[in-house]
Amino acid sequence: MSAVSRIPSPIMGVAGLALVIFIWHLVTTGGMVSKAFLSSPADTLSALQRGIASGELVGQTRATVLRMINGWLLASLVAIALGSLIGISQTARDFLRPTLAFLRSLPASAVIPVAISLVGLGPSMVLGVVVFGSVWPTLLATVQGFATVEQRLRDVAQVLHLSKAAFIWKIGLPNAVPDIVAGMRLSLTVALILSVIGEMLSGQEGLGTAILLAARAFRAPELYAGIALLGLIGLVSSYGLLMAERRIVRWR
Amino acid sequence: MRRWRGIIVPLVVLLVAEITFRATVTMSDSLAPPSRAVGALLGALADGTLLANTARTLAGMLGGLAIGGIAGLAAGIAIGFSETLRRASFLTIELLRPIPSVALLPLSLLIFGFGYSMEIAVVAFATFWPALILTQNAVAQIEPRLIEVARLMGLSRLETAWKIVLPAAAPRLMTALRLAAGLALVVAVTAEIVSNPQGLGHDLMIAQETLRPERMFGVLLWVGLFGWGKNAALLRLERWMFSHRGEVDTSVAA
Repeated sequence: MSAVSRIPSPIMGVAGLALVIFIWHLVTTGGMVSKAFLSSPADTLSALQRGIASGELVGQTRATVLRMINGWLLASLVAIALGSLIGISQTARDFLRPTLAFLRSLPASAVIPVAISLVGLGPSMVLGVVVFGSVWPTLLATVQGFATVEQRLRDVAQVLHLSKAAFIWKIGLPNAVPDIVAGMRLSLTVALILSVIGEMLSGQEGLGTAILLAARAFRAPELYAGIALLGLIGLVSSYGLLMAERRIVRWR
Repeated sequence: MRRWRGIIVPLVVLLVAEITFRATVTMSDSLAPPSRAVGALLGALADGTLLANTARTLAGMLGGLAIGGIAGLAAGIAIGFSETLRRASFLTIELLRPIPSVALLPLSLLIFGFGYSMEIAVVAFATFWPALILTQNAVAQIEPRLIEVARLMGLSRLETAWKIVLPAAAPRLMTALRLAAGLALVVAVTAEIVSNPQGLGHDLMIAQETLRPERMFGVLLWVGLFGWGKNAALLRLERWMFSHRGEVDTSVAA
């Protein structure tokens, strides 16, 4: 027990991962699972290398990441602006909260058929769906951040005759920043998911389309390479924002 | 009076949509006025097709939630108990968890083909991670003295998990269940929209493809009501079960 507990955590983590990959290797090379369903770690790695060397995977990754970031930035702008307007007024909150709660509980992918029928199967449909879906976490977080402004600060603002715009800018937004960043982190996850779904349905360039085509052609190594890259995008984006969140919380 | 404010906005929006539509559009393949959408919804409810599709989505959602939830619960308790296991698994978990569940749709379709299995597999993958993380947190926040008592009483690990850990962590686990159920519904509908030809998601896609916007908006409304109702019911159940224990901390799950 004490011998194991003296091993540093990073080494334990790497050892655990190595064990999982070794089991994966044994399962695939031992023929326990069909190669059509699960490619071996080595085949997956070489599919990744080939895809990166030929530039194909790089282009698809770039397309998906750009879609995700563009939709997310647009959604964040809309969410923070709208959230501030709703957040400063108790009345607006009373009127709009149930509607927002309802819209948020709607699976974002369920609006895809509506978007297809309105806009068609183009890149703007995908972007629209990404924006619609990833607006909610940040929007509700912004409203929440405004709702928790202390009464004393509201009183001060009233005494100083601050305009609504000044109140938003000087008191509301700074107070809401931790909530907003936390909401934006959730929004980014949603944006990635919707980008992939949108690509799969519309055939736009990106990793979503790439893995769909790989699966249809029974090319398991390419399929797993694409899944691994999508996992990497998810990992990097959520860690990046988590770091930003920690830094902001510490700075406050 | 303040309670009713929330309902005014949707009513006004629907009314404006109705009037605008009637005043300007005569025929449309992509839009329908709210009255016709509600009519289509009622019709689909009456002829049983919508309820059958709801049952299919519910089956996919609950099947996946059961598998993913129980697996996550078991793994979360195991990791919560054993420091060695936690340190050995954290890197693997952190690498697998961010994989978007929709990325597994093509794979699941390849393995299982159309039907419940492919949907259940993806829902199970999606709900496994929050179940794992939230259970692990719930176990970590159990009063250490309770575990000590179990050890002094000579309870086995399984007995400790069943008699001490589960009851002590129950409020947090209930919150975890509510969040996982929300996720399960989203993933199930998504699977049906993208690749699995059954259930509510497929109903939506077919309505769009056959140019029946009134059915599409009717089903969309139904999906929203369904998700909202399920969430409200679970929230009420949670409050009723644990009202005597005070606030349940949901911050870890946000």
